[in-house]
Amino acid sequence: MAEVLLEVRRLSRRFAAVDALQAVDLIVETGELHALIGPNGAGKTTFIQHVSGALQPDSGSVFFAGRDLTRLSMHQRVAAGMARSYQISNLFLGLSALDNVALAVQGRQDAGSSFRFWQPVRSEQRLFDEARGFLEQVGLTARSDRVAGNLAHGEQRALELAMALATRPKLLLLDEPMAGSGPEESERMVELIARLARQVTILLVEHDMDAVFRLADRISVLLNGRLIATGTAEAVRADPEVRRAYLGDHL
Amino acid sequence: MAFYQPARYQKPVAGALLLALLALPPALAALGHEFYIGFATRLLIFALAASSLNLVLGFGGMFSLGHAAFFGAGAYAAAICMRAGISEALLALPLAMLVAGALALLVGAISLRTRGVYFIMITLAFAQMAYYLFISARAWGGDDGLPLPGRMTLAGLSLGSDSALFYAALGCLALAVVFLGRLAGARFGRTIQAIRENETRMEALGYPVFRYRLVCFALGGALAGLAGALLANLTGLASPNLLQWTQSGTLLVMVIIGGVGYLYGGVVGAVVLLSLEEVLSGFTQHWPIGLGLLLLAIVLFAPRGVAALFGKAGG
Ligand SMILES: Nc1ncnc2c1ncn2[C@@H]1O[C@H](COP(=O)(O)OP(=O)(O)OP(=O)(O)O)[C@@H](O)[C@H]1O
Ligand SMILES: [Mg+2]
Repeated sequence: MAEVLLEVRRLSRRFAAVDALQAVDLIVETGELHALIGPNGAGKTTFIQHVSGALQPDSGSVFFAGRDLTRLSMHQRVAAGMARSYQISNLFLGLSALDNVALAVQGRQDAGSSFRFWQPVRSEQRLFDEARGFLEQVGLTARSDRVAGNLAHGEQRALELAMALATRPKLLLLDEPMAGSGPEESERMVELIARLARQVTILLVEHDMDAVFRLADRISVLLNGRLIATGTAEAVRADPEVRRAYLGDHL
Repeated sequence: MAFYQPARYQKPVAGALLLALLALPPALAALGHEFYIGFATRLLIFALAASSLNLVLGFGGMFSLGHAAFFGAGAYAAAICMRAGISEALLALPLAMLVAGALALLVGAISLRTRGVYFIMITLAFAQMAYYLFISARAWGGDDGLPLPGRMTLAGLSLGSDSALFYAALGCLALAVVFLGRLAGARFGRTIQAIRENETRMEALGYPVFRYRLVCFALGGALAGLAGALLANLTGLASPNLLQWTQSGTLLVMVIIGGVGYLYGGVVGAVVLLSLEEVLSGFTQHWPIGLGLLLLAIVLFAPRGVAALFGKAGG
């Protein structure tokens, strides 16, 4: 039996009048690429926010690698091995691509304390060498000195991914990495994610169904804050409630 | 706002300025203008105080309206040390920094849990509480403040003469600026600037944001305490007015005039503000109007401060 990496139990969250998450149960196994799909406003981003610790649930719990992380803050969860990317690129636009990733490397606990007041970061070769490695993984080597704000949209998405990778996660939470990308950029991103999926467990939120069916080992479907199905692509495609929710489009 | 990066010519200019300042006391004495040595010392001390606020506001992105509390606490700590017979600066100044830094740690530990307007209000509230504590403390002179029995000694040498105190203040400011310059480019400085830019992203990269903010806040408080202790030596008095929120406002204005987040922002701002005050007040008692016009001009024409006109921003 596959090992459980992330186990979310009866996670619930209410915003004013919206039940954004209603007793959601979800299991991500070590090594799989698990896709989370659902129509706009289904609660996918909200789910990621609660798993990553950006928001606290009304009830329910989040177990990760056997530990209960429900009460831990976001930075503690990152230290435990969870990293996320954002639906809307969230970068340090004034810094170069390399500096962005170096900052991510520097934040890792095994990279040493950041309470260093004297030695220039620039002289810390190790930090930048490692950062270059992550840029290479996402295909941004040629862009490493470019200011993040001047990168093309798809490059920013890739940089976002490099920063998440630089935290050396066990689990990557990707919130719509293809959002806003053209077909060519999307294709490159799909290839990149397929490559990453061999090294790290991924929970992928995505609207692009072609991408989801190509990449995912298992798929979960969220609808109005409720998880209505989990299973292989074929099982989910055949699920009557899912079919009703999507009324045939893409499926 | 971009991350701080020194302009290429910054070091030689600062070095030349330092040499000129070293020659200032004998030059003023030769011209018979000794009076101005005290004024110059005041400039240096406020340059240090404004720089300490710039660390918190400019680099750390924390808009504190209570910074004067740490400035004043340093002054009182110096006065209390002196009255207790600790008059060696090598002991008394670090003690003043420790007291001010510890106070900042306490205030920061509570107020840094809030953001935005709430943070401004809570730092203001703490500073006002400290102010009322000091004016009602009879043992420390109440409204009148706490006079110092004399000036400190530095490694046994008296700081009794104005030029000796000038050199001590210059040394402290130079050390502080060198420290802040290194800090800005070191891991800690990069971290707090990145937190200033995007706190949530830093959390999501695994940084314990609160801890870095708190240390930055406390460091700023300790440096303000050093400035306060020097000022008490200059004026011979630890006055409760130093803790007033208007004093925090003055320091803020200095940083904004000089350049928020620029290494020399605090220095430039203190020099510009105090010099203008000195010059304008000689012409008219309505000098605050002139000051107001200057602030307006800076906000309109150099919104990033005077230092930004010379410095370069970048990655
Ligand atoms: N901070 C908030 N306050 C109030 N309501 C919120 C908040 N965040 C999300 N919601 C609501 O919760 C619901 C789920 O939103 P969420 O952003 O999680 O959807 P999503 O599945 O990510 O949608 P999309 O595919 O458009 O990204 C929506 O109705 C949204 O309006
Ligand atoms: Mg979303």
